Order: sequence, then C-alpha cells, then structure tokens
Amino acid sequence: MHAPADPAPLPGDRRHPGWIAWALLAPMVFWLAAFVVVPAAILLVYSFCERDEVGGVVFRFTLENYQRVFDPVYLRIFARSIGYAALTTAICVVVGYPVAYTIARASEVWRHRLLLLVMVPFWTSFLIRTYAWITILKQEGLLNGFLQAMHAGGGPFNLLYTPAAVVIGLVYAYLPFMILPIYGSAEKLDNSLIEAAYDLGAGPVRAFSAVIVPLTMPGIAAGTLLVFVPAIGMFAITDLMGGAKVPMIGNVIQNQFLQARNWPFGAALGVVFMLMFVVTYGLLQRRGARLAG
Amino acid sequence: MPASLSRPSIPSGLKLLNWFLSGWTALVFIFLYVPILVLVVYSFNSSRLNIVWESFTFDWYARLLNDGPLIRAAKNSLVIATVTTVLSVILGTGGAWLLHRYRYRAARGIQTLVAIPMVMPEILMGISLLILFATAGMNLGFTTVIIGHVTFCFPFVLVAVQARLQGLDPALEEAALDLGATPLQAFWRVIVPCLQPAIVAGALMAFTLSMDELIVTFFTRSAAATTLPIQVYGLARVGLNPMLNALSAIFIVATVAFVLFSDYLQKLGRR
Repeated sequence: MHAPADPAPLPGDRRHPGWIAWALLAPMVFWLAAFVVVPAAILLVYSFCERDEVGGVVFRFTLENYQRVFDPVYLRIFARSIGYAALTTAICVVVGYPVAYTIARASEVWRHRLLLLVMVPFWTSFLIRTYAWITILKQEGLLNGFLQAMHAGGGPFNLLYTPAAVVIGLVYAYLPFMILPIYGSAEKLDNSLIEAAYDLGAGPVRAFSAVIVPLTMPGIAAGTLLVFVPAIGMFAITDLMGGAKVPMIGNVIQNQFLQARNWPFGAALGVVFMLMFVVTYGLLQRRGARLAG
Repeated sequence: MPASLSRPSIPSGLKLLNWFLSGWTALVFIFLYVPILVLVVYSFNSSRLNIVWESFTFDWYARLLNDGPLIRAAKNSLVIATVTTVLSVILGTGGAWLLHRYRYRAARGIQTLVAIPMVMPEILMGISLLILFATAGMNLGFTTVIIGHVTFCFPFVLVAVQARLQGLDPALEEAALDLGATPLQAFWRVIVPCLQPAIVAGALMAFTLSMDELIVTFFTRSAAATTLPIQVYGLARVGLNPMLNALSAIFIVATVAFVLFSDYLQKLGRR
C-alpha cells in the first residue's frame, strides 16, 4: 500500500480542531451531505416508487422498475454501453500507453513540453473536440471533400452517425484522461529495475510485460476509472456522433428524466449504473493497491 | 584499417523500440491536434461547408458577436463560473486546511466523500440533484446550476491546496503562534499567502470546469439559465455551423492561455 506513513513524527502539533475549526469545516461537510449523500439516497428511494399518469412520483413500494431494468431491451442497451466503453478504454490504453511511457522517459525539457501538449486537449471542452470530428466526418464535411478531391469514387460516404464515429468520438474525448495517470506512474518507475531486467537477459518485450506493465498498473487502473465509467454514461458524445441510431444507457436515462418523465424508472437505471460504478471503483482500487506492492 | 570498415551497427531491439515509441507518440499528437487545428483554420473560411476552402474571412466571428442567444448563454456561463469559482475557493481552501491541519476520526471519511464528486459519472450527479431539487420544491435556475457546479468543482480546489499544504513547513504556523498570533490570524495572514499559487491554480481549474460543463447543467438548468455548452450542444446536433468553429477557436486559444498560465503558477509554487 502506498498510504502515507501514518501518525509517526507529526509535523507541528495537530491538536484536535476547536470550535472555530469546526465552524470552518462545517460548510464543506454540509455541502457534501446535502448535495452528494442526500441526493443519492433520494435516488435510491425513488427507484422503488411508482409513477402516476402525469409523470408524478407516488411513494408506494414497488420492484417493477427494477424488473423493467432487467427487460432484454434495456439489458441489451446496458451491454452495448459497456461494450462501447470497454472498447474505448482498451483503445485508449493501447494508444495512450506508449505515449505516456515516452513522455515519462523523455529528458526533462521534452517531458515538460510534451506534458503541456497533453494538457491542451485535456482542458479543451469535449464538446468542442467532438464538434471538430463532426466537421470532419459529416457528409458535407472535410473528409468527404478530401476524398472527392482525390477522385475516390463512390462518395460522399456516410461517416457520421456510425458506430465507428461513436468510438472515434469517445476515444478522442477520453484519451488525455488515460495518458496522464499512466504518465504519473511511469514517471515513478525506477530505471534500475528495467536495467536489471535487461541484464538478466530479458528482451524488450519481456521487460515490458514482466516489469514495466505491472509497475505502472496503478496508472492504468486510475486511467480506466477515468475513462470506462464516464464513457458508459456519456450521452452527449453518442448523441452527436451516433445520432439516435445507437442509444446508450446515458441516452435512456436522460430520456426518462427529461422527455418520458418516468423518474422512478430512470432512478432505477441510475441506481444500477451507480452500482456498476462502485464495483468498478472497488475492483480497480484493490487491483491498483495490490500491484503497487 | 579495420575500424573504418565498421558499418553503421544494426539497431538493437532497444533502439528499434525507442524509434517506435517516438514515432507512435508523434502520430498520437497529430491525431490529438489535427481536428483542433482544422476547426480553427475553417473558422476563417467564407464557405458555409467544410468541403472547400473559399476565401479568408472574419465574418463568422462578427456574426458570433451579434448572435443574441449565444451571447446571452456566454454571459450566463461567465456569471455561473465566477460565482462557482468564488464558492469553490472558500469551501476548498477551508476544507483542505482542516483536513491537513488536524487529526480526528471523521477525517478519513470526509476525504473519501470529497473524492466522490470528482470521479462520479456526471449523469448520476445530474439526475440525483434534479430529484433533490424536485423533492425540496426548488425551482430550477441559476441557483440550482451553481449548486451543481460547486459540488464537482470545489474538490479540485481542495486537492490542489492540500498538495501545496503538504509541502509547507509546519514551523511557519508555529512561528506565527509563538509571535502572538491567534490561530485564525496565523491561518489568514501566514498560511493563506503561502497557498496563493495553489489557490489561484484551483480557482482556474474550477472556472474552466464550470465553463465547460454540459451534463450536470443539462439536468439542473431552466430555460432562462441556459449556459454556453448547452447552447453549443443544441447547435452541434443540428449540423455544421461555422459560428461554432469561431466560438471553438476562441475557446481553444483561451485553453492554451490557461494551460501556460497554470504552468507558470506551478513554477512559482515550486520556488
């Protein structure tokens, strides 16, 4: 475990907080309780409630919403969302890992430059970056124009509103979120361990798979958490790049709340999604902690 | 002489690997930057479509500045982001100090709780806040949007400040107390000035996150409290619109400035 060596020699004397301190801390605790804990609890309650004809919520216990979640229609949508998110995560790891590793191994000057180059897309709104791909993939967009100029026959092609477009949009949006955490753990790699592997006769492939990957596992786990779970629920990108053709779980939840007005069912979908989030989080944390040794 | 016969040595596996890594990294950066650059370049194209380059124009920028709904949404976004930043800095800085300075049983739990809004999928935060506001009978509007934004923004300020606190000499506070300052004075006049780079960096982060946020806003806004990302999302769904290119170009330039300034702050902080 990487937990900071606990109380040992404490810097300064950490007295227990007095009333002033608690008065300062109280707003934050109140805020977290009121806007994180309580809403999650209400979401749970709503998911067991019934709905009346006009979209109001009736506080009568029912399991109907959860039965509906396990209807094949919705299970398929869940499976599809998870599939897309898993594919996105896998591509981000494969594409991003060598980049993160290269940055971590670069000279100090280059490391700094390359990191800044990652930060710009990281901080640029995903909406803007998704729109960039719309201008490229749209039927009257850049890529079709390019293909026409090259006199490639058959066009214009319908590139937007395809599953491939959705994956491109997701990967493009989330790639920096995978590169940064992997960089974080690759940067801490002890060079002598890699040299030892080579000295002991390991080739690059063996050194990579037996030494480097296990040591950077915490970064991969953190990146996966930042990419996989958000990608499952990200309805805006799937909506913009996939049209209405490939509804994801995020689109369904959003629809239940804002159009269909079936809040209890939407809440049940939300609770199932929340459980998936908690389980993924727990698994990754345990795995990350174990491999960090 | 045999030495002159030595041919350029065949690259070993390691060298090949290094070439591959450099090449791959270059390709990925091209992938990351080409769409953004295309967006900026075509914001100066007089044609409505992206297929051909017609001629250079500032027309889309001029139209953007005269577009009522977009400008109104931009103003809303600025107001929301400013209020969010101020509240996040207050909550985040105070929280970081108390989590850092004192030991008490609840500290660990609070630390975990702080991390939740940072990693929780936005759609879950959006729907649970929507349900909360509905249950509490609150009308959706600026207040609800700001509450949502502060909830996921202030943890970022807190974490930034906490990281800086860990590098701070605890003797600073002791010295202030020894010289007769009250704990509150020591915090306000000694600790806070030392934390300034982290507070500014956290504030910038909160501001940017709030300006860019779409999903939580989607569930907590009213028609009057529409933000820029909501407006952009609506336009992008319809199709190509060079005004969006112009708007994106402005945001990209702002993001580059933000990244460079944060970097400068970090350098200050390290000194």
